[in-house]
Amino acid sequence: MEEQQGHTGSARNYVAIWLALLTLTGITITVAGMRLGAFSMFASLMIASIKASLVLWFFMHLKYEKKLFKLMFLIPVATLFVIIGFTFFDIGFR
Amino acid sequence: MSELTHSEHRDYTGSKLGMWLFLFTEILLFGGLFLLYAVYRAVHSQEFHRAAAGLSTTLGAINTLILLTSSLTMALSISALRQGKRNASIAYQAITIIFGLAFLVNKFFEWSGHIHEGLYPNSPHLLSRSNGEVLFYGLYYVMTGLHGIHVFIGVVAIAIMASLTVRGSVSDENFNKLENTGLYWHLVDIIWIYLFPLFYLIT
Repeated sequence: MEEQQGHTGSARNYVAIWLALLTLTGITITVAGMRLGAFSMFASLMIASIKASLVLWFFMHLKYEKKLFKLMFLIPVATLFVIIGFTFFDIGFR
Repeated sequence: MSELTHSEHRDYTGSKLGMWLFLFTEILLFGGLFLLYAVYRAVHSQEFHRAAAGLSTTLGAINTLILLTSSLTMALSISALRQGKRNASIAYQAITIIFGLAFLVNKFFEWSGHIHEGLYPNSPHLLSRSNGEVLFYGLYYVMTGLHGIHVFIGVVAIAIMASLTVRGSVSDENFNKLENTGLYWHLVDIIWIYLFPLFYLIT
């Protein structure tokens, strides 16, 4: 039962992450409102990925997990990169 | 070695590993839909921009706020339980459920609005618009609908956890189920984090 005692972050820490998530939401809405064209899509995906990483790392405790969990998470991410990337090789050169 | 002294065998890491593997299948399920979205948006970018103008950024932002806050209360419920604060944990779980339901109510009004305007799959009004707009609304209904089903399942799961916490079978010594439910809830939040800019913030 020792592993159950692992640290998973304090309440204050969680509130800080929540405030960061709200701030990033505000930023993404503002950036989208600026009509930056192609950059707009890139910016909103980057901000969404930062938010998703914060949720994964702190709320889902990935930060405090064993290395196995961290490495394992790369599998779906890599799979998506390959699937979406290769599809766009096809779409982009038609 | 502590397992030898316990009558009940619990594999904490194994259970969490199983939950993560399930979450990977969820990521790939939504990943396929994101791929469809990406390709159709690349092909019909102008139509997607026009169609997205019909969605309310305010409603989307409110739902984002609701889900992000519900993720906070979910995380707090687990840390409260682990510190032995059972009542605080139950309260946080109840708040999370309320946020989940608020999200669904919001979604209901949003969809009602679209359907009232004649924008629903295969509607005559929608079919009179361009292919790209038909695809946009098709993806919108499928992706936010599938996400909504996940929110509903999450609410049910948290409600079950809350009742187990009240009964004491989920406790500071056995919080595994609650933690796995939390992982599911956070993943549902992450999916919304991507859905929000992709559908509501194309201007």
